[in-house]
Amino acid sequence: MVIYGVYIVSKSGGLIFNYECNVPKIETEKTFGYPLDLKLNYENKKIVVEFGQRDGVMVGHVLTAVNGIPATGRQLDDGRDVFDIINERENYPLSLKFARLRMTTNEKIFLASMFYPLFAIASQLSPEPRCSGIEVLEADTFKLQCFQTLTGVKFMVVAEPTQAGLDILLRRIYELYSDFALKNPFYSLEMPIRCELFDSNLQNLLEHVEKTGISNV
Amino acid sequence: MTVHNIYIFDRYGTLLYYYEWNRLKQSGITREEEAKLMYGMLFSIKSFVNKISPLDTKDGFLCYKTSKYSLHFFETPSSIKFVLTTDVGAQNVRQFLQQIYSQIYVEYAVKNPVWQNNKPIKSELFKSKLDAFVKQSPIFVSKAN
Repeated sequence: MVIYGVYIVSKSGGLIFNYECNVPKIETEKTFGYPLDLKLNYENKKIVVEFGQRDGVMVGHVLTAVNGIPATGRQLDDGRDVFDIINERENYPLSLKFARLRMTTNEKIFLASMFYPLFAIASQLSPEPRCSGIEVLEADTFKLQCFQTLTGVKFMVVAEPTQAGLDILLRRIYELYSDFALKNPFYSLEMPIRCELFDSNLQNLLEHVEKTGISNV
Repeated sequence: MTVHNIYIFDRYGTLLYYYEWNRLKQSGITREEEAKLMYGMLFSIKSFVNKISPLDTKDGFLCYKTSKYSLHFFETPSSIKFVLTTDVGAQNVRQFLQQIYSQIYVEYAVKNPVWQNNKPIKSELFKSKLDAFVKQSPIFVSKAN
């Protein structure tokens, strides 16, 4: 029973709530010899592995430390430039630490609004009449279940690929949303949900699901 | 159980092959535009999946389901994309797509001496073999029967 995250998207496609839990930390530290057999690229203020994945260092991972000194962007904490160090032969062997970064809030907002057109196109390309949008999206590492209410709000849960019964969980979250967000006099529609009761009840629900399974909610 | 249609795309997004079996609703746009829309959607889903995934992905996107159909996706190492839409209950479609690739696409499209890379497949033999292969599979049970 692992649930990675819960997202709520308003009917206009904006992310109004997200909750993330149990996202494992993926980090690899490895010692490299000269020349470095990875192609690194500096993009979006991060040094990203572009080619040459091996031994747990995957394409898309971000360089976080060199010889144990943390790096922010392309600069080490002691002020040196990462690429200067990597290109110098005398600095080797070099111990580099790579990690798969967690999504930032901006990325989450971006992804949530990206789901909206996918949902709509999936129903347009349907070979059968009167088809809904995407309900379940499966990948090798996770499963995303989406539930759209009559008013157009989308609830999404990201969980383990083998997890069953997510639709029941989504309906429970919808109940919590109507009880603790919509009935809150200070909550206005389409705006981000900042309600303490909603947060705590959702957290309880997810903890409960993790301990005893979805069938008991 | 039924199979609706198949799309085969090459790595540049060209529609190599399209065929439909039980399609009740057309999308209302030309086939070319539909193929572009489909490819665009798959491209975005792939990047969406890679970003939202909590762990490192290997195969990435596998399939999605809606209330009426499910879409299965299989990509070869050379980026040939096989897309098959079936009804929601179909099982083991990924394995089936793999077989279409190795037993039909490679045998009757790639090994055809007049085959050209990145050009739509026009071979009649490929068409009939694919049709027969899909029709004999357990996923395909025509609604007419």
